[in-house]
Amino acid sequence: MTREQIRSDIFELLKKTAPETDPTRLGPDENIREALNIDSFDALQFLVAINEKMGIDIPEEDYGKTTTLKSLTDYLELRSKAGN
Amino acid sequence: MTDFKMPSLGADMEAGTLVEWRKKPGDLLQPGDIIAEVDTQKGLIEIEVFEGGILDKYLIEVGDKVPVGTPMASLRPEGTTGVPAKEVKEQVHPIQEKEKPEEAQATEHSEKVNIPSKEKLSEEKSFKDKPSEETSSEEKLSEEKHRIKISPLARTIAEKNRLDLSGITGTGEGGAIIKADVEKAMAAKKEEKHEETLEKKIEEQVPERPVKEQKTTEPAAAGISPQESIRKAVAAAMSLSNREIPHYYLEKRIDMLKALTWLKETNQQREISARLMPAVLFIKAVAKAIDSAPALNAVWENGLQLKNEINIGFVVSLRSGGILVPAIKNADLKSTDEIMISLNDIIPRARAMRLRSSELSESTITLTSLGENGADKVFGVIYPPQVAIVGFGSIIDEPVVQKGMLAFRPVVHVTLAGDHRATDGLTGSRFLEALNNHLQNPETL
Repeated sequence: MTREQIRSDIFELLKKTAPETDPTRLGPDENIREALNIDSFDALQFLVAINEKMGIDIPEEDYGKTTTLKSLTDYLELRSKAGN
Repeated sequence: MTDFKMPSLGADMEAGTLVEWRKKPGDLLQPGDIIAEVDTQKGLIEIEVFEGGILDKYLIEVGDKVPVGTPMASLRPEGTTGVPAKEVKEQVHPIQEKEKPEEAQATEHSEKVNIPSKEKLSEEKSFKDKPSEETSSEEKLSEEKHRIKISPLARTIAEKNRLDLSGITGTGEGGAIIKADVEKAMAAKKEEKHEETLEKKIEEQVPERPVKEQKTTEPAAAGISPQESIRKAVAAAMSLSNREIPHYYLEKRIDMLKALTWLKETNQQREISARLMPAVLFIKAVAKAIDSAPALNAVWENGLQLKNEINIGFVVSLRSGGILVPAIKNADLKSTDEIMISLNDIIPRARAMRLRSSELSESTITLTSLGENGADKVFGVIYPPQVAIVGFGSIIDEPVVQKGMLAFRPVVHVTLAGDHRATDGLTGSRFLEALNNHLQNPETL
């Protein structure tokens, strides 16, 4: 999966979670949940959706690595390269 | 024979608009079956029946907006046959003043009668796609209308009585239908029960019927957005609460170390889709703590009425503003896994404003949880007629003194707002203490 693909998947799933927002306008280091007003339940559902779409199961201890667009993209790129 | 009535989905609901029947006359209904879909301030709600029986007749039509308590359909016990139309007529309750002339006819209608008029159809289309056949039949119907020659007076009478025009032979000039023809046809109709023809005839007439009611307070019709309508519902309920309920407030800080450790361990062994959230533990702990203070699981309606079932109303905030409070039913009997499944089902449906009637009307106590990174404490406003709301702030690290030593621990500030007419602070205090004990033993939840 290329970085571009990962980003476009993230945008698509964020748009589903927060339909009235424009995730593509997120700054790379902005806190996604705060910027898009996503609560705990939707945050979990977003990670479940990532798992379903990309086949990457993010363990709970890694949730902290998924808070910004940049860190989430880095994390998913790394995990997908690791064959996950 | 019993009537199925427009249910109240909370102290703030006054009326509902029938959008769709899900069952038809003759269908056997089991308790819990969804009989209809109704548009309310809280979205499109699936209405369930609470007792079984056979759906005998519809008493209102699609598009009708009726107050809470209005009979919507009559049910008869299983194994009985329908009673003659005449008897039914006497049992029909007045629904709306202006509907009275139509009501007697309504007893003879079958489901097809309830085809919405053009106006109503277009409103419905904004909710969901309708089968295309309805559109084509609608076109056919308006053609029909133009072919019939009829005097204005006769048309008015026929429309008022929903009389089929195509079946009437006109005796007026050029074969036009006149008043006498219409009256004759009405008399004939009363004597005979032509169920099938009637269905067809009335269907054909629908486009000619005057629009019965301009739904000035109904969201889709009046251009009120769902956000505005939900805001109004919240405003009504909370104003009522503030006006009538003397609240008392208690707060307890609860150490969450054990609960979070247990949660972490159990979640490590689970796939992401099966992981539990802290809210699940809160819900189960509240349900169990009610054992120590049953008077908090109650409603205040002419005095305190304790409830046997523990149905926890879980506050769901909508993205566009406003809240809905669907119930997690029998939360005390559900495992933590089952509660998580309930949340996964109920939260997205609440956000989409697609809940069932029982989910909105059967809560016995409310729980509000701010989740992560929110305020430390929340002091709730009781949702009438309930008598208590439990508020969970965000879990935060705080210094805690334990066994004479200072330590940092994850804690949650839990508040209880109680109705002082119903209970006293001592009851509330006992409840919070029990809640703490349960959260210190997460493995037993």
